[in-house]
Amino acid sequence: MSATATSDAVLLQGIAKRFPGVIANHDVDITIRSGTVHALIGENGAGKSTLMKILYGVQKPDEGTITVDGQTVTFGSPTDAIARGIGMVFQHFMLADNLTVLENVVLGAEKLHGIGEKARSAVEQISTTYGFGLDPDALVEDLGVGDRQRVEILKVLYRGARIIILDEPTAVLVPQEVESLFDNLRVLKAEGHTILFISHKLDEVLDIADDITVMRRGTTVGEAKPDSITKHELAELMVGSELPSPETEESTVTDEVQLSLENVTVADARGRRLCAEVTFTIHRGEVLGIAGVEGNGQAELVETIIGMRKVATGRIRLGSEDMTAWGTRARREAGIGYIPEDRQRHGLLLDSPLWENRILGHQTQPPSVKGPWIDRAGAGSDTERIVKEYDVRTPSIETVARALSGGNQQKLIVGREMSGQPVLLIASHPTRGVDVGAQAAIWGYIKDARRDGLAVLLISADLDELIGLSDRIEVILRGRLVGEFDPQSVTPQDLGAAMTGANEATA
Amino acid sequence: MNALRRLGASLLAPVIAVVVAMIITSLVISLSGSSAGDFWSVIFSRPVDRAIVNIVNQTSLIYISALAAAIGFRMNLFNIGVEGQYTLASYAAATLAGAALFPGLLNVVLPLLLAVLVGAIWAGIAGLLKVTRGVSEVISTIMLNAIAITLVGYLLNKYGVHVGNGVRSTVIPESSRLDGWTFFEASDGPVWTLATLALLLGVGFWVLLNKTRFGFDLRATGMSQSAAVASGVNVNKMVVVSMLLSGAIAGLIWMPSFFGAAHSYGTAFQAGLGFTGIAVALLGRNQPVGIIFGAVLFAFLNEQSNRLTLETDISVNVVQITQGTIVLAVVVAYEVVRRYRTKLEQRTVAEELAGQRQPAPSERATT
Repeated sequence: MSATATSDAVLLQGIAKRFPGVIANHDVDITIRSGTVHALIGENGAGKSTLMKILYGVQKPDEGTITVDGQTVTFGSPTDAIARGIGMVFQHFMLADNLTVLENVVLGAEKLHGIGEKARSAVEQISTTYGFGLDPDALVEDLGVGDRQRVEILKVLYRGARIIILDEPTAVLVPQEVESLFDNLRVLKAEGHTILFISHKLDEVLDIADDITVMRRGTTVGEAKPDSITKHELAELMVGSELPSPETEESTVTDEVQLSLENVTVADARGRRLCAEVTFTIHRGEVLGIAGVEGNGQAELVETIIGMRKVATGRIRLGSEDMTAWGTRARREAGIGYIPEDRQRHGLLLDSPLWENRILGHQTQPPSVKGPWIDRAGAGSDTERIVKEYDVRTPSIETVARALSGGNQQKLIVGREMSGQPVLLIASHPTRGVDVGAQAAIWGYIKDARRDGLAVLLISADLDELIGLSDRIEVILRGRLVGEFDPQSVTPQDLGAAMTGANEATA
Repeated sequence: MNALRRLGASLLAPVIAVVVAMIITSLVISLSGSSAGDFWSVIFSRPVDRAIVNIVNQTSLIYISALAAAIGFRMNLFNIGVEGQYTLASYAAATLAGAALFPGLLNVVLPLLLAVLVGAIWAGIAGLLKVTRGVSEVISTIMLNAIAITLVGYLLNKYGVHVGNGVRSTVIPESSRLDGWTFFEASDGPVWTLATLALLLGVGFWVLLNKTRFGFDLRATGMSQSAAVASGVNVNKMVVVSMLLSGAIAGLIWMPSFFGAAHSYGTAFQAGLGFTGIAVALLGRNQPVGIIFGAVLFAFLNEQSNRLTLETDISVNVVQITQGTIVLAVVVAYEVVRRYRTKLEQRTVAEELAGQRQPAPSERATT
């Protein structure tokens, strides 16, 4: 703990927060110096979010004190935190798409400068001071992700925040957008604002932060300065052991085509094209990665391959068979495994026990069924196998899926989709929201299956994961494949440029 | 221990609901200037033998109706049209049986099959409209109710037998009557033979839903349509099949009474069972065992309330307030209990996992 109390913007001492059966935070001590960018890092589930909710007044700590600008405070709600000059930008934007930038900023803070000219000039002034370059009259739905984030930050500044919490702000950005966000943050810092930056991306943290605090298992385990610590040391501090890496070994690609798409076009009900003329093949033993900024058609592409959406034009072949007209069930019976992007909506029956979830998606295949009957014993013992082999932490297979943590739910899904020797695996963000341990395990399963001849379609927002696991990477932009890359030689920057269309001419 | 806790939690909601309903009913009676004590002493007095027989018979009808509604509810399909489906089916079956085209038992079995078929078709219309034109089944089944009831009124008036002020279908021959079993005096009446239909349907419902692939698909669709679609369920097909099943069961609702006592479709027809069934299905959480309790409770309250006019100055309709509040309260109580159980389960999992967690791999010194 450095510096004197007066120059500390926020001081958290001995913070503890318990939920039934879980200790979310304990013995948390953090000192955030005024006018700095302070990074808070830790893997998923380390307690960062809970801590920030405490600082922002969403939750009350069970123990410990919060000191803001030298004064001890207790927050009953975010309103109290805002009154103290603390603002928070959440990972998921809270903007009304059909309103303008000005309207979004003023919404809920009409008392400050009204809704007229005064408000407009205040918004314009903030936008110019910090170099946001936002047009107050632009509709939010027309803005890109980076601009939307700036609107969120503007909202917080408009409400008078001097201390700004950014919850994983770069998760939704491509590398180029991250750079411009960091430029904005540097200006904010220069103007005397204090920024608390939550992340688990170490490169970014080393780039932008003045101080770093590491959290692990609900508590603060270390502090560091970016110039005196390496990425590797930081990672070890964060994970508590060696950091796993997704690097694949030598190629196992065969020349047998497992999946091929020919000029596949998908349209929505209004005839708008979601995917246009997509053509690619995946061979047995090959992992094809699809990179793209979210919302560029990759989700629709996946839903088309699994049969949840209809193809407008084009052909899809599995091996030598044309499966364009098949339903989802027929495709699953033919050996397509599916790890959905949204596991809770598409992959699980949350209020059903694990063994019933084992049956889901495999309702017509042994060991789950015998003829028209559900084979409870068969499904149960196979669930036990998955729980054991995939290290699903659960008291029993009778536990309902909702009670498991996200990582364990995901391991169950991966185990299930790997069952019955699939020929093709569609893995949509397979490690999103799971902890580092489970992430390494899931990477391991995909690698093993690939070695056994499985064809894999991998969609991920984590560029390191894509580069590490894929044999080939295709970039999708506005529903079209715009470039193919070799993961051996590509950098995240190259991919980022292709994903945003910065090098459309050359791709 | 855990199982006990769960059982306790699942009984909690209905018990709370009944208690709340009793309090509100008492309040209403007191406000209207009568004695709530009188009301409850009549309701909770031992039913006479005749009333017991009636309760059993009525339970069977309400139970079948609730099963019909429940099968739709289990996949979030709101078949409000049970009423119309069984009205039309009952009329069709009564007409066929009354025509006495077949001898003896065959004149029972074939009309029963016709009832199933008519109920299924009438519900199937709503199912088809939903999957082909996107018409909400709530709206279409309500409309179909009106059409069915008007249609039956018209047909009965045109082709029925006019007796005095009333009109009815032809009475079925003696050989097709299934009176049932007399447990008390003959004057107390029999428990209808076809009341056993309720039991058979209940068991069938449980087996279908819990033991078959079809039942799994149906439950999965009800719990999460998105997950069901991703797992390969053809939701449109499921909607049509479930509506057909729901209507098929609905077709049988009044049959025990028809073959046991009424013997013709006319003034003896008991309307309103379709709506009672919806309430009871909610009360029993769409579970075949839960619905038994709901059906008995409703039949009991209906029967006992008949005595109110004779023994007190309280209106029979007060019982409907009790029934309505029970249903309303139970919906709220189930949600409260469901949240409580989810929390309980999450805590149990956390506790059990905390117990088996290995010591931390290496508590390294920090920089």
